[in-house]
Amino acid sequence: MKKTSSLMLALVIALSVASSGCGRTAQISEAKKAYTIGMIVKGLGNPFMEACGKGFEEALKEYGDRAIYQGPSIPTAEGQIEIIENFIAQKIDAIVITANDAQAVVPALKKAMDAGIKVISFDSSVAAEGRLVHVNQADAKLIGRLQIQAMAEMIDYKGEIAILSAGATMTNQNAWIKYMEEELRNKKYSGMKLVTVVYGDDLRDKSYNEAMGLFKAYPNLKGIIAPTAVGLAAAANAITDAGLIGKVKLTGLGLPSEMAQWIKNGACESMFLWNPVDLGYLAGQAAHSLVTGEITGKVGEKFIAGKLGEREIIKDPTGGVQIMLGFPFKFDKSNIDKWKDIY
Amino acid sequence: MIMHSIRRLIKKKFKINYIFRQWEWILIILIIIVNAINAQISPYYLNAEGLLDATMVFLDKGFAVLAMAFVIILGDIDISVASIMALSSVVMAVAYSAGVSMVASILAGLLTGTLCGFFNGILISRFKELSSIIVTLSTMSIYRGIAYVILGDKSVGNFPSWFSYFAWGYIGKTHIPFILVVFIFCAIAFGILLHRTTFGRKVYATGNNFEASLYSGVPVEKIKMIVFTLMGLMSAVSAIFLTSRLGSSRPNIALGYELEIIAIVVLGGVSTRGGVWQNSWGKPFAFPDGFYKIWNGIKKYSRSSYDDYYWFAFDYSFNYPQHIEQNDKKEKRDK
Amino acid sequence: MEKISILRNMYLNLKISKFKGIGLVFFILLLSIIIGLRNPNYLTVGNIRDMLLDTTILAIMALGMMLVIVTRGIDLSVASVLALSGMLVGLFVEKYQWAPASVTIFIGLAIGSFCGAITGFIVAKGKVMPIIATLGMMNVYRGLTFVISGGRWVNAHQMPESFKQMTRTSIFGIDFLIFIAILVYIVFYYFIYYTRTGRQIYAVGSNPEAAHITGINIDYILQLVYTLMGSLSGLAGVLWVSRYASAQSDTAMGLEMSVIAACVLGGVKITGGSGEVYGVLLGSILIGIINNALPLVRISPFWKLALQGVIILVAVIINAIIQKKVER
Repeated sequence: MKKTSSLMLALVIALSVASSGCGRTAQISEAKKAYTIGMIVKGLGNPFMEACGKGFEEALKEYGDRAIYQGPSIPTAEGQIEIIENFIAQKIDAIVITANDAQAVVPALKKAMDAGIKVISFDSSVAAEGRLVHVNQADAKLIGRLQIQAMAEMIDYKGEIAILSAGATMTNQNAWIKYMEEELRNKKYSGMKLVTVVYGDDLRDKSYNEAMGLFKAYPNLKGIIAPTAVGLAAAANAITDAGLIGKVKLTGLGLPSEMAQWIKNGACESMFLWNPVDLGYLAGQAAHSLVTGEITGKVGEKFIAGKLGEREIIKDPTGGVQIMLGFPFKFDKSNIDKWKDIY
Repeated sequence: MIMHSIRRLIKKKFKINYIFRQWEWILIILIIIVNAINAQISPYYLNAEGLLDATMVFLDKGFAVLAMAFVIILGDIDISVASIMALSSVVMAVAYSAGVSMVASILAGLLTGTLCGFFNGILISRFKELSSIIVTLSTMSIYRGIAYVILGDKSVGNFPSWFSYFAWGYIGKTHIPFILVVFIFCAIAFGILLHRTTFGRKVYATGNNFEASLYSGVPVEKIKMIVFTLMGLMSAVSAIFLTSRLGSSRPNIALGYELEIIAIVVLGGVSTRGGVWQNSWGKPFAFPDGFYKIWNGIKKYSRSSYDDYYWFAFDYSFNYPQHIEQNDKKEKRDK
Repeated sequence: MEKISILRNMYLNLKISKFKGIGLVFFILLLSIIIGLRNPNYLTVGNIRDMLLDTTILAIMALGMMLVIVTRGIDLSVASVLALSGMLVGLFVEKYQWAPASVTIFIGLAIGSFCGAITGFIVAKGKVMPIIATLGMMNVYRGLTFVISGGRWVNAHQMPESFKQMTRTSIFGIDFLIFIAILVYIVFYYFIYYTRTGRQIYAVGSNPEAAHITGINIDYILQLVYTLMGSLSGLAGVLWVSRYASAQSDTAMGLEMSVIAACVLGGVKITGGSGEVYGVLLGSILIGIINNALPLVRISPFWKLALQGVIILVAVIINAIIQKKVER
């Protein structure tokens, strides 16, 4: 028994040393100063986030900067704060973050900024006081309106619709839903009725169950809007399984690669998304420009964002400043094959 | 009795191998190793400021951990802790935003936590057929559910600026975090409660042998009630620090904390079968886990990818020396 | 002598357990009536079929979890094993589109058994406490899923049609998923109640020392139980990926809690030594109803979580009270 315990201990030490041994790989020795920029995503294993990370790394590679891609294993603000603290201790140059909670990460990010770290938010914004710039994928109002318009055309401006969202506390989704509701108040949509908003928590089985539940709880349901990638794919799967293709229409925000199957079989006629690779790329470019001092985060400043060309810092209507990526892109049967292998 | 234990202690001290058989020692050695490796990986790691700051990140859980040790020593488990934290935090935030003073709001939060714990305690001691795991599994949903009912999809914040001192402040001009001082204070208090009071001994007795304790006049039901209520109170204390750290509150804070808290306690040497295999002082259970985390994070940092965190899990899982427990039992039997 | 006592135990088990389920059955019926009153769609054949379909994966895993809990253990790594097996199978069918769907089931079983065997080895031979060992392995398997997939995910359009249709076909007029679940339950029922090894699992759980003295190989039993749990999780992984037509590295995050809840609701004692097959089935069905029926009842989504907790609490309390009455 004594032997076992010593053996265990030896094993542990060996393991620790072995794993630390592989920890010393990334050493950049270039004449030019290489910066270290960390990206904090909502959670690991999320396809959308992975795509953003790809673009981010691509952008930093152009300058020889070091990119760190990190996220908590469950998408919580607490996990993100731990990573932020870590980054502060490591004295990295900039943090690019998509917040799980716009408010909760602010104190930690303020501490980071006090330590001289440049903070940029992308995708899900951080409250204005916790960041220098926000990289905005597209105007929230536009995103909301586009989905309602698409749905209205599909169901001919009349009938019951429902929204299948991610978590109840998601900043982005809540903003979009708010604008969707606002858009629905418009007279031309008077025949449409939003019956409920349900939350699938971005879990595949729960989203699927919620979608199935919608068909039964609201037998007259004509359409579902799912402004989240997991929810949209799960809803499409549910519509297919329930044999409701054509009877219940579906639109929302989703990844082409995930949705290719469902767009082709008609469960989802069309959906929207911006290019997540470009979004990560732009965030990386902006972070580098901030670190070099090319921009400081004032309205009107311009910089060259690599392959995306010149970008300007503009005012963010919700506070602070932002950089716009562009407009949401519409995916349907005609163009899905082109995009499904890209992201 | 005392003489006997002293003699045993002295006898054991002379066995060199004994230090390897004492879990605390292994923990301490591990902490040293982990820190040494960290220092090797990152030039920034081994400075006092960094290390002290590191404690701030994980200590908010520490308060709940202290009480969880009691619960697990009893042979019970409480998986509603994270939900109690969420509910206390939400109640506190809502009270403040409704115009109640901050101090009163904090008290409201503490009261909420205590009541939640009390409710758990009542259910568990009233319905003896129900195991604590099923009761707290349901109250886990209930408490967080109530938080959702209260706050919905909103988040409430804008606390007075002094409130952020709890989680972000330092003592005077030094670099010692306020939370660390409070935690050490609490840890000592809990250590005394567990090891130097009759209450603490009764908790051990109940955990080691429920029936025997019941028949020898230990008020087991009352003990359970008190321990679960204490658990609720300490969860609320954790909630205050966490809320201060986040600067705002919403129903989904502390998601998944229950597993982490339980893991820290079990890693700290408390057996889930009730009782403890090594009597020890109120050791800061939270430390090893936290340093593991930091270590893990730094390793990630230096490799700029996330694929290595399963190594960390390896150490994590291999480290619990159940065999030591059996050794102790064997020794007892030999006598 | 031993045989007689085993038979006797079996008889007692069956007799008592008949009573044990009553409270839960009663509650499930009550709950169904309440939900049915609120939404008549609930009590249709179509919906009950949907509900059973959604419950199968949980029910299959809960069966393995029961055996683990009976030996006084717990397995927190099940959801990670599910994800790992699902991801590997997803990558497999993506690469080998021609592979018949039935092969994937065996691949899933093999991967799951392998993972389970490792966990079992750590618990049985390493003498590591199950909660800690499986907590660690939970991270290990989840980490491996990340590593192997490289953060990628397998999409619906990358999977062959035959694989996706697998869980949507029916065998002898029974849906494939339900068929598999019935099959698993029959096999396990026989294994648990009518084989020596099956009864030994209970012996190890109710009194390890006595079991050891009577010559039961405890290490073997533990190893077996975790391996079985792993193989069921692996199977569940294949079914999951086929049903939801997507393999991601964060698949089934947090499912272990539902599985444990199903067991505990079904009367499996966390202190080991007791737990019945149909208790677990009833527990799984109750969890299935909660997951499945709450979306049907038109209530604010913010009330759902609290309601879920209340239903579980009331269920266990009613069960406890009825059981007490019946025993008297």
